[in-house]
Amino acid sequence: MKKNLLDLRVKSVERIHERYVLIRLTDEHPLPEMMPGQFVEVRVEGSPSTFLRRPISINYVDRLQNELWLLVAVVGEGTRHLAGLQAGDVLNCLFPLGNGFTMPQAADERILLVGGGVGVAPLLYMGAEMQRQGIEPTFLLGARTSKDLLMLDIFNRFGRVYVTTEDGSEGEKGFVTNHTILQRELFSRIATCGPTPMMKAVARYARHAQVECEVSLENLMACGLGACLCCVEKTVDGNLCVCKEGPVFNIRKLLWQD
Amino acid sequence: MARLNVKINGLELKNPVMTASGTFGYGLEFADLMPLDGIGGIIVKGTTLSPREGNDYPRMVETASGMLNCVGLQNKGVDYFCEHIYPQIKDIDTNMIVNVSGSSPEDYAECAARIDALDKIPAIELNISCPNVKDGGMAFGVTCCGASSVVRAVRQRYHKTLIVKLSPNVTDITEIARAVEAEGADSVSLINTLMGMAIDIERRRPLLSINTGGLSGPAVKPVAMRMVWQVAKAVRIPVIGLGGISSAKDAIEFLMAGATAIEIGTANFLDPTISIKVRDGISDWLDAHGCQSVQEIIGVI
Repeated sequence: MKKNLLDLRVKSVERIHERYVLIRLTDEHPLPEMMPGQFVEVRVEGSPSTFLRRPISINYVDRLQNELWLLVAVVGEGTRHLAGLQAGDVLNCLFPLGNGFTMPQAADERILLVGGGVGVAPLLYMGAEMQRQGIEPTFLLGARTSKDLLMLDIFNRFGRVYVTTEDGSEGEKGFVTNHTILQRELFSRIATCGPTPMMKAVARYARHAQVECEVSLENLMACGLGACLCCVEKTVDGNLCVCKEGPVFNIRKLLWQD
Repeated sequence: MARLNVKINGLELKNPVMTASGTFGYGLEFADLMPLDGIGGIIVKGTTLSPREGNDYPRMVETASGMLNCVGLQNKGVDYFCEHIYPQIKDIDTNMIVNVSGSSPEDYAECAARIDALDKIPAIELNISCPNVKDGGMAFGVTCCGASSVVRAVRQRYHKTLIVKLSPNVTDITEIARAVEAEGADSVSLINTLMGMAIDIERRRPLLSINTGGLSGPAVKPVAMRMVWQVAKAVRIPVIGLGGISSAKDAIEFLMAGATAIEIGTANFLDPTISIKVRDGISDWLDAHGCQSVQEIIGVI
């Protein structure tokens, strides 16, 4: 898929949570093709301590509105700067990068999309693309409390949504891997993105249940293009760049045995 | 339009802008984004005789105006390069230069000899300055004796343009430059990264897997500039300048300090098209200042 370096225009920046903002970007030309699970390296201008681009996963692509959505967790100086962008500002974007999730190959595939925290971001676009193919996705989304569940109303538009919260304030109490949907239904594949301990727990479940499972990693990156070899993950094929060979990996390829 | 072509001994460059090893992959990664044949050369990823897995993650830390890395020469080895990568890059219409590293003079020489056999690789850059591997790399580049031994061994087996990449982690870089010149190097490139360190104060641990790494980016530019200026005065062979170059202005400073050509490294991560912009910026500057050729500004300091 062709990579692009474009100055996209900020259409809106919406604070959807104390720690998260949703940035909607657009361009005068139709946005390039992008796959769910791919990401964007954004340039952070005017932040002295932010030297490198920031990798942000593609949250959603609205083709009708010609919009690219980025869900950004405000964790440091660079992302704070992104949260401060205003409508009309320009964001220099290098995208789409990496390999996305495997899309359904057959109409009867039952795919479970498991997300936690800001990791829910790429699953929205994945679910939307599945719905476009006429396949209903099932989302399993976890958060600490009900107010930490992001974009639930939009997830509900694209498929069935199951929820866990650690304090039980919404959905089932516990972690995503405790949800009873995993006992009640059988899925042919799982796609997951979220904190590493959560993804490792999901991977353990998938191995045990003998379900295909893809995880989206977010190792520290510099170039985003597979040139600098900084973001490597140990795999059965040796050290591979998360930016180029990932960020989505089948768990069979990873050395996650714990 | 001012003439931009320069020569590194026998090697003709259409313009003085090249990309630095380890920051531009094999060029192919950037092919969607810029015309690869628009720059004077591409120095591809460090290549060793045997495959290397490199160091453990984490290998990179962002620092003030720069970054530290300890990648550690991860590559699939020279045979893989010759069989699988060379066919993909040999027809790119610019100087495709291979950065060669090793753990003994014999290793370096054997690796260089295999690349000597490749028609479309007109030069190698000998990396005697990698700070991130224990067995070799910088160990050779920090003493005149070590640097000489590698260059001597390679020179016997490599017959095209031989560039030697120097380490800044030395007391007097001009001594090393003179030593490799005496062994027949056609050019020296400098600087490789400066050894550095960063610490996570919450976990009370270094941020890099092997504790230390090489610093690159704008933070190192003044150090690199000083060294290029010193070396250009100390040797007769052409000097290639690098270290934090992020703009045409930076590049012109290096040319004035005595560099015949320059390499762009870390700035490729911020703007993957920066090398073309630097080329155009040099050209515009020369035109604006009534220069007929880039040669008019090289080494004017």
